[in-house]
Amino acid sequence: MSAVTFTSAQGDAQALRGLDGGGGSGSSRGWGGPAPKRIVTGYGFWIFILSDMIMFAAFFATYAVLLGQTAGGPSGHDLFNLRNVAIETALLLASSFTCGLASIAADVRNKIWFQVAMAVTCALGLGFLAIEGREFADLVARGAGPTRSAFLSAFFTLVGCHGLHVSAGILWLLTMMAQVFAKGFREDIQRRILCFALFWHALDIIWIAVFTVVYLLGSAK
Amino acid sequence: MTNGREQADDIDVAPGDEHLEGGVAQRVLGYLAGLALAILLTATSFYVAGTDLVWQPSIPVALVVLAIAQMGVHLVFFLHITTGPDNTNNVLALAFGVLIVMLLMVGSLWIMANLNHNMMPMDQIMQMQR
Amino acid sequence: MLGKLSWSAIPFDQPIPMIASGVVALAILAILAWVVVRGHLPYLWREWITSVDHKRIGVMYTLLAMVMLLRGFADAIMMRLQQSLAFQGQGFLPPEHYNQIFSAHGTIMIFFVAMPFMIGLMNFVVPLQLGVRDVAFPTLNSVGFWLTCTGALLVNISLVVGEFARTGWLPYPPLSELAYSPGVGVDYYLWSLEIAGVGTLVAGINLVTTVLKVRTKGMSYLRMPMFCWTTLATNLLIVAAFPILTATLAMLLLDRYLGFHFFTNEAGGNVMMFMNLIWAWGHPEVYILVLPAFGIFSEVISTFSGKPLFGYRSMVAATMAICILSFMVWLHHFFTMGAGADVNAIFGIATMIIAVPTGVKVFNWLFTMYGGKVRFQTPLLWSIGFMVTFIIGGMTGVLMAVPPVAFVLHNSLFLVAHFHNVIIGGVLFGAFAGYTYWFPKAFGFKLHEGLGRAAFWCWLVGFYVAFMPLYVLGLLGMTRRMQHYDVPQWHPWLIVAACGAGLIFCGIMLQIAQLVVSIRQREKLRDETGDPWDGRSLEWATASPPLAFNFAILPDVSGGDAYWALKYRDTEPSKSDEKPDYEAIEIPRNSATGFVCAFFATLMGFALIWHIWWLVAAGAVGAFATFVVFAWRDHVEDIIPADEVARIDLGNQARRRAVLGAGAAAR
Repeated sequence: MSAVTFTSAQGDAQALRGLDGGGGSGSSRGWGGPAPKRIVTGYGFWIFILSDMIMFAAFFATYAVLLGQTAGGPSGHDLFNLRNVAIETALLLASSFTCGLASIAADVRNKIWFQVAMAVTCALGLGFLAIEGREFADLVARGAGPTRSAFLSAFFTLVGCHGLHVSAGILWLLTMMAQVFAKGFREDIQRRILCFALFWHALDIIWIAVFTVVYLLGSAK
Repeated sequence: MTNGREQADDIDVAPGDEHLEGGVAQRVLGYLAGLALAILLTATSFYVAGTDLVWQPSIPVALVVLAIAQMGVHLVFFLHITTGPDNTNNVLALAFGVLIVMLLMVGSLWIMANLNHNMMPMDQIMQMQR
Repeated sequence: MLGKLSWSAIPFDQPIPMIASGVVALAILAILAWVVVRGHLPYLWREWITSVDHKRIGVMYTLLAMVMLLRGFADAIMMRLQQSLAFQGQGFLPPEHYNQIFSAHGTIMIFFVAMPFMIGLMNFVVPLQLGVRDVAFPTLNSVGFWLTCTGALLVNISLVVGEFARTGWLPYPPLSELAYSPGVGVDYYLWSLEIAGVGTLVAGINLVTTVLKVRTKGMSYLRMPMFCWTTLATNLLIVAAFPILTATLAMLLLDRYLGFHFFTNEAGGNVMMFMNLIWAWGHPEVYILVLPAFGIFSEVISTFSGKPLFGYRSMVAATMAICILSFMVWLHHFFTMGAGADVNAIFGIATMIIAVPTGVKVFNWLFTMYGGKVRFQTPLLWSIGFMVTFIIGGMTGVLMAVPPVAFVLHNSLFLVAHFHNVIIGGVLFGAFAGYTYWFPKAFGFKLHEGLGRAAFWCWLVGFYVAFMPLYVLGLLGMTRRMQHYDVPQWHPWLIVAACGAGLIFCGIMLQIAQLVVSIRQREKLRDETGDPWDGRSLEWATASPPLAFNFAILPDVSGGDAYWALKYRDTEPSKSDEKPDYEAIEIPRNSATGFVCAFFATLMGFALIWHIWWLVAAGAVGAFATFVVFAWRDHVEDIIPADEVARIDLGNQARRRAVLGAGAAAR
């Protein structure tokens, strides 16, 4: 009988797998028991991200259908500023990179590098939001707000939904920085950092779709 | 790897985790490679969208292909999705999600195009006929 | 200060909602008073409200479903009464009320009866069948349940504060847009479902991860019980489909609240896009409802036939095929909207194809029964009733999959009869079968068999008397949702249908009686062994009710029908002499997160409906604070030491051996 002592949720893989050793069915590729917590948590969040992608797909489909419905008002070609979009893309892409650095720092339990990388990620994300917010305010001021036409409703909703996700991500980011500062790299905090990284990278993947379909294709017409 | 367990070869890996072979430097290089590739592809996208040097009707296709490539770079370099047996569940889940996204988008566009054409309001039909 | 809310929101001049809500309020107060006065509140808080145990949460989901069944059925009785009376007259329900009633009926039955019932059963059973201690994310499970309750609460509040939607259970624009539904009814519907939808999505993520990643040793995919496969398929569908619902309802909300133009008539909005998207969710939704029922029937039929399920692999293939195909047929809900013959044909063919895997399943169930020692107890009665009823419903569905037929029968009572046929015959009968089958596992005593059979027969006969006339009426040209009519031909059929509803009412009363009597006679009906039905899967290896941690030692599985093998192999004396290796067990701690989160969600929902913006902000802050408090916990699990586990388990086993031994001696 293994004397396993727990202090708090250390998520020891062996204990969570139940009995170890023996059992004819525990052969090489057989199922060895419940997966370790990190895998369970990561996978569950992966499924959540897929559901989020499908939600974005619904908004994308609506955008595509309502693309031409400008109700006599401005279309994408008249409104989009590709220079801003390029800057936003660069900021978000860089933030994905720094988020990856933060993941590495968390793995090797280096607090300083983690906090620095997360802070830079935060700054880049806030920069993205600032530019997007200004773009939205500008459009509204020009009378091209979401109530102007179905096309603009779809545009603001799709891009705005992404922006809302980025905002939520930043709130989460700050919470993670606070948690690591207060409690260090505990197992459950590590799992949350894994989930945060998945979320942040997924947001950049969605942005690829957004800037390609909405902005680049929208300006080309 | 990250929670100090012994690495068995036949366990799955959590999405987003990578097998830690090299040290920190190697992992950072992985992310840098991803960043470089992504920058290259993104810049190409922006260039293709604005230039006259490409046959115009091919631009949408080119942009979509480039977008898919960029997503692939993210998946491989940042999310560490591989084709190894330890990643099977992750890839299958992703494939399921992509399938549903495709069905929803293609299905909706096809259906709505047909509906819009068949159910065109009378004033637009008359406009077309003029 | 209070947004649009004022005293005029309460319909003091309408007797029916006032009396109904008065009675309900009194009942709630009485129950609360009894709980508090008898000192049960700490117990309830500790053992149920803050529980993160899948068994407790499963029971609560099921309880929610059964209570809401009463509300939804009350709506149904009113509708049947109205339609049987309103021949060349106005009946007793004016149109603006009748419209709310049928809208509430559908919304409640689908979202707050069928879904919670199925999710409750899946929650309770799946970890036990997989041989593990809980679902993948226990606290998240609690959050999902309480958010579903929030949705149910908001819908019921609409009865007495404000109004409900008048659009039917799916709020088609432009009727549901602000211009044509300026009141709060549609907002109640939308916010209730957005919140409950989050709860459902969370349950979906939980169960997918559990089935894929949290199974006991040796339980490979093809050794899982069939119910776990249908759970996997169902929850994959939930994860894939509910985001579409969230997005679509959000777009309607944006139209209503912020003046967007997704589905408006002006500024380029496209009404048809709503129908397209909502049914892209809606079709997978009906498979989300029925697949768990299919799983329940697989379990029940094989247990009560004493045989393993026939054609296990083909069942798995059929289930996963239904899962994928269900995303390829959604246009059949709006054949008549005008997509044209080509599109209609493709989706019509796809709809017919999706009937094939279901047919495979039916044949497999029949072959499971054939040659078995069939015991016609209540769960099996529900299963046989299901097979006959569902086949009829399925056939009428395939009939309507032919687009020209759909042009005749769309939105007629034929359609209404079809979907009630498959939902009642499939989902509800499955729910009742599962309820009867797993009740002893959850509570330690069986349900009274005689009353169960009586209830079944009332339901079965009542269903046919209530809904077969609707098929005829559909063919006679009657449309759905009619508040009054003047075609004499229709009148007698509607009276017959109302009588059928009365029979179903008797069935429900018998079910309530069954519960009361069973509780009273629980010592006589006690399940001592944990295996009252001679079951085949691992849930029957546990005590009834199971210990908090389900299994003292996670079982090691080497084949399908895991418990059957354990049971009949374990008579060798050498096995029982083995001293098992007990380890300490981690139990996730109870948490008020779910309840508190749902409390703030209720506040936010109500405030959004009535435009009380400061309360929305406060609710949002509260919800975020709850999340942060939860994330800041240090002590997330309790440990049961190994010798404690040993003591409990060995005691259990001894008790069980005594009962089995006494039983064997008596024989």
